[in-house]
Amino acid sequence: METLVWTCTEKTPEPGVFSDMLEERRRTSDLSYALKSYSPQPYKGHPPSSARALHQAVMDSQYLRYITQEIATESREPVEVIREEASGILEEMSHNLQLSVIRLLGYTLNKVFKSVFRRILVNEDGLNRLQQAIQEHPVILMPNHRSYVDFLVLSYILFTYDLPLPVIAAGIPLMGMKLIGELLRRSGAFFIRRTIGADKLYWAVLSEYVRTIVRTGSAPVEFYVEGLRSRTLKSLNPKLGMMHMVLEPFFKGEVYDISLVPISVSYDRLLEESLLAHELLGVPKPKETTMGLLKARKVLEDDYGSMHVCFGQPISVRELAKGRITRSQYNLVPRDLPQKPSEEIQAFVSVVAHGMVRLQERDTVLSPWSLMALILLQNPEGLALVTLTQRTAWLRGLVLKFGAHLDWPAQVSDEEVMSSSMSLHRSMVGCEGARVFLLEAPAPGGEASVSPEAAVFRRAAVVLMCASYRNQVLHVFVRPALVAVAMATTPSTRKEDVFTNFKFLQELFSNEFVFVPGMAAQDFEEGCLLLVKCEALQTSDQQLVRTEHGADTTSCLQAILQPFLQTYQVVFNYLTKDSALVFTERQYIPAVRSYCLKLTLAGELPTCEALSSDTQKNVLNALLRMNAVTKTKVGDQSEFRVNKAAIQRIGDILAGRIPPQSAAFSRL
Amino acid sequence: MASNGKSSERQRIAQQRLRIIAGHLRKQEEADHIEIAAQECKAESSRTDTAKPNSVPKRRQEIMKWNGWGYSDSKFLFNKKGQAEFTGKRYRLSGLILPSLKEWFEGTFGANLQHKSPAAAALNAGAVPPPNLSESFVEELKATDIPFSHDAEDRVFRSHGHCLHEIFGLREGQYGRCPDMVVWPNCHIDVVKIVELACKHNVCLMPYGGGTSVSSALECPPEETRSIVSLDTSQMNQILWIDEKNLTAHVEAGIIGQDLERLLNESGYCTGHEPDSMEFSSLGGWVATRASGMKKNIYGNIEDLVVHIKMVTPRGVIEKSCQGPRMSTGPDVHHFILGSEGTLGVVTEVTMKIRPVPEYQKYGSVVFPNFQQGVACLREVAKQRCAPASIRLMDNEQFQFGHALKPQVSSMFTSFLDGLKKFYITKFKGFDPQQLCVATLLFEGDREKVLQHEKQVYDIAAKFGGLAAGEDNGQRGYMLTFVIAYLRDLGMDYYVMGESFETSVPWDRVLDLCRNVKERIVRECKEKGVQFPPLSTCRVTQTYDSGACVYFYFAFNYRGLSDPLNVYLQVEHAAREEILANGGSLSHHHGVGKLRKEWMQDAVSSVGLGMLKSVKEYVDPDNIFGNRNLL
Ligand SMILES: Cc1cc2nc3c(=O)[nH]c(=O)nc-3n(C[C@H](O)[C@H](O)[C@H](O)COP(=O)(O)OP(=O)(O)OC[C@H]3O[C@@H](n4cnc5c(N)ncnc54)[C@H](O)[C@@H]3O)c2cc1C
Repeated sequence: METLVWTCTEKTPEPGVFSDMLEERRRTSDLSYALKSYSPQPYKGHPPSSARALHQAVMDSQYLRYITQEIATESREPVEVIREEASGILEEMSHNLQLSVIRLLGYTLNKVFKSVFRRILVNEDGLNRLQQAIQEHPVILMPNHRSYVDFLVLSYILFTYDLPLPVIAAGIPLMGMKLIGELLRRSGAFFIRRTIGADKLYWAVLSEYVRTIVRTGSAPVEFYVEGLRSRTLKSLNPKLGMMHMVLEPFFKGEVYDISLVPISVSYDRLLEESLLAHELLGVPKPKETTMGLLKARKVLEDDYGSMHVCFGQPISVRELAKGRITRSQYNLVPRDLPQKPSEEIQAFVSVVAHGMVRLQERDTVLSPWSLMALILLQNPEGLALVTLTQRTAWLRGLVLKFGAHLDWPAQVSDEEVMSSSMSLHRSMVGCEGARVFLLEAPAPGGEASVSPEAAVFRRAAVVLMCASYRNQVLHVFVRPALVAVAMATTPSTRKEDVFTNFKFLQELFSNEFVFVPGMAAQDFEEGCLLLVKCEALQTSDQQLVRTEHGADTTSCLQAILQPFLQTYQVVFNYLTKDSALVFTERQYIPAVRSYCLKLTLAGELPTCEALSSDTQKNVLNALLRMNAVTKTKVGDQSEFRVNKAAIQRIGDILAGRIPPQSAAFSRL
Repeated sequence: MASNGKSSERQRIAQQRLRIIAGHLRKQEEADHIEIAAQECKAESSRTDTAKPNSVPKRRQEIMKWNGWGYSDSKFLFNKKGQAEFTGKRYRLSGLILPSLKEWFEGTFGANLQHKSPAAAALNAGAVPPPNLSESFVEELKATDIPFSHDAEDRVFRSHGHCLHEIFGLREGQYGRCPDMVVWPNCHIDVVKIVELACKHNVCLMPYGGGTSVSSALECPPEETRSIVSLDTSQMNQILWIDEKNLTAHVEAGIIGQDLERLLNESGYCTGHEPDSMEFSSLGGWVATRASGMKKNIYGNIEDLVVHIKMVTPRGVIEKSCQGPRMSTGPDVHHFILGSEGTLGVVTEVTMKIRPVPEYQKYGSVVFPNFQQGVACLREVAKQRCAPASIRLMDNEQFQFGHALKPQVSSMFTSFLDGLKKFYITKFKGFDPQQLCVATLLFEGDREKVLQHEKQVYDIAAKFGGLAAGEDNGQRGYMLTFVIAYLRDLGMDYYVMGESFETSVPWDRVLDLCRNVKERIVRECKEKGVQFPPLSTCRVTQTYDSGACVYFYFAFNYRGLSDPLNVYLQVEHAAREEILANGGSLSHHHGVGKLRKEWMQDAVSSVGLGMLKSVKEYVDPDNIFGNRNLL
């Protein structure tokens, strides 16, 4: 693989010009749009196969025959029963894509989108490339997932641009929403249970279903490699199961190549922004009921600014696999038989999945608000509007230098950019007498007397909401910021020593940020390079030296990671001082939360962000990975046992009190 | 030679058989056979007196091209009117005009008759590096009376096989490393003497049979510093005896396919071994490369056909002590010889199975709506073990290519080819002309059984949407394989270079392999700067119980490329990688030679390679047979 595919040091190909696809929609009627002619050019001229034919192909497959027979033998049940069961699973899973429903949906989405968004900006170059790719090879559409809204947005766009409609992997909860479930199914969604675990039959049916679609190229497959909608708007580390399924037809030579298309969706403002923060704070979210979200009139009447959809460069799996995969490893066993993937394959799948997330990050179009949010969070007491404007403009220069795409309106003064962003986000930010500050979330139900705990949550809710917007830009900074932090905690300036620290940080934060496995050195180089580029660093003779006039940049970068460093230390403290030696999964979050709450009330919590259950979970997973916590299954519960000394040590390294042992963290 | 009362019947059948061979091979009236007396051998007593002069003389240059395929008198060219024609009188197509070839050629390759890339006009003997002779070897060889030569032409002729890069080089007037001399043993004993002398004087020996190798097997290793002697077996070309009780024939290994069949036919027999190169390739060459003939379904591949082999090695002569049809005496030593590619010694005599010439032969063809259906049908035929003598499935590109070879006037073709388009549109309604493909069939046996067999196969074909498409179509398909090598030379006159290669693969991977390899070729060409999409086509040429043999052709327009040969080599290399990645074998019948050597270890494992090496080590410790093939 050209390693450079995944790094940002390379000149990022421009996504091309974005054009507003709503503009034309506003000029024509929804009905004529929905009834427009639609005749896409499919893959190799194959017409899409019907849902029934697909069902049949899966049931007839040698693979499923084999598995059902095997399960029948193991369970001593007649094979017909197992096959019946398989057919049932398939029934539950299958999409039933119908153009008429897409038209109906187009009609509806058109209405909704026109009302909530000012613009939907799409890079047409990307669509042209996609059109080309679809005709040549099976295509996998890999969008990030930030909002309920984006679930059908690709179908909407592809319909509009006369491209083949995708079939979309969706979670079963969506299916649970009665009417919507069926509507989604007919819009091309197929449904996957959230917890499949060791259900062999389910895995078999699902993987054969997915592979059959890819193999026949009957429709582009769309799935979220991150697995879920990101509640923090940060990219999530990818899930590998589905990734492996879609790649397998290539490994086994059943298709010549597969094109992976990263797609980056970003919003100026999220419809469900307040929901997200509440979820993170542990306020139970409303169930995903039928009209759940969209029904809320208020939501639909509000202004959500623009949505950006960037279709990335299609990636050839064959190119990626060159020199990494020996396809002949499948030569000696019939390809229809289940086979445990080799280490080589597993590693490849993981690298590809992580790489795709990075590409999604790279192509994401950021809004000025993300930058403002970053600065606002660094000034919890508020700041002068002029300062905010200055700092944001400065940050803008930095992200552009770092190669990010920013939707900064041209021919508009910085002041206007500030004020229009603030007005879009007026639920979060206030401005009085030229001072800008974060607001508090309104009390639920307008309670008059508020408990101190509730007050904390109200404040935290806005901080976490704001943090989500900042999170969208973190990937731009994370590598140079980690280098900056590593330099600060390394006594020497030797590149090698800094790198050791960098690797430790990367290991610790690898649930927090997405790093392609095995590429620590490249990540480090990239971080250094960007620091050099913004003149915050000079490298000479294996030494890393901070520059005087780059101090501002360096400290800003360090500050970006502060909330995470602080939260991790808080949780470490909790685990080493307050926590029991053994606790269950269910006990963990509430316990950490109440610990944080206690600290807040005592005025000792360094950052509200420590209240995010997402970060709290990440800490636990990091410790698990680093063997400072061990997990055992007791019944259907997981039990965690903490090694306090180990956690203490990790905390000390993080604080720069002791150096990391390079060997101990050599995962990368 | 034995004979019995039925000999007149045999004669009759033999006559018929001859006609059949002539049918797909050459013109029947070939009165002007080139008479070359090459029988200087100290005649052995048992030698058959019906021996005819062999079709290829000692001095190959007298009748064969030095930088292209086949007979000098036979070639494709575009005449002044821009029409393609095939010269000479030997073949069915000879003397005919092929009006659609030009359009196909230009359309397929983006070639242009204005853009010529002619070959060097003649062999420039002066440019051939002088021979590096071993004086002492030559001295002693003279004493044996075995003919030899170090004439430049003789040497150049034996310096190559028929890989594209070899022929392309010759056309450009590049001769590379040539053998330093050529010897022509006349019999087994001569070979024993030569090998003894070679060992004594440490010269390198390279057996040369028909020179049709397509694996760089005949290329002299450039690193070889010793004198290289090409041992040309062409004068060892007699059928020594025919055993009608056991149906075997004992034959000298230098005999070439067409002579062997012709001579056996005269006695009413055949071997049934018909590789596409049978006009020129030799029995010894078949053994040395594990060759495969088109009719292997009835007669078997070369390893099934041999009963006994005699080979002269530096250690002495290896042969079995009896002619039992099967033995359990440890690993079969024949299998060290079969496929040894000239690395262990010289095969001098072979006892082969023979069969009575079949009474009846019938061609056939089936058109399928697409390649998948065709493969499914072949698979079913293999499953039911009812494959005809030959069954081959051409893909759509090759099907179209076949059309381009439609001659202007020929009774044989008119019925089918005139208004071919109309024919397909009316008869094969619903078949997409860009998708359909054709299987060609050849049935052999007694008349009744052939007809029965034919019905069985057509019935199976019908289940896969196949429609019978006539005998002529089938016959033409087979003819094509004999002229294809000539066509490559035509291409090279107009900036088009091409090559074929083959593999064997399990049934379930046939389609995937075909698609991926073809696509790989197209993409590699594009990446390497080839301006026009290449011709990339395949056919399934053999069926087995568990898999099939697949044969690829690819060719492209190399105008505008600074180093076309290198591009070609890279594309071929990539195609082989693709085959291996898709579960195909390194070779089904062309062998490894030096061209595919780099993959040998992967193909047979390092232990396997070690086993072969240790045999080489024992048999030929001084690497006298130093062509460096295989290992
Ligand atoms: C147009 C064309 C069509 C072909 N079709 C077929 C086909 O249908 N089936 C098939 O199997 N192959 C085919 N081939 C490949 C080739 O014809 C075979 O490999 C054939 O067996 C080579 O025989 P030869 O006599 O020409 O050997 P050569 O090319 O002279 O030599 C081939 C190798 O065998 C060794 N050798 C030759 N004779 C002896 C001997 N007496 N003792 C020891 N070693 C010896 C040589 O040293 C060399 O390594 C085709 C080639 C061409 C150009």
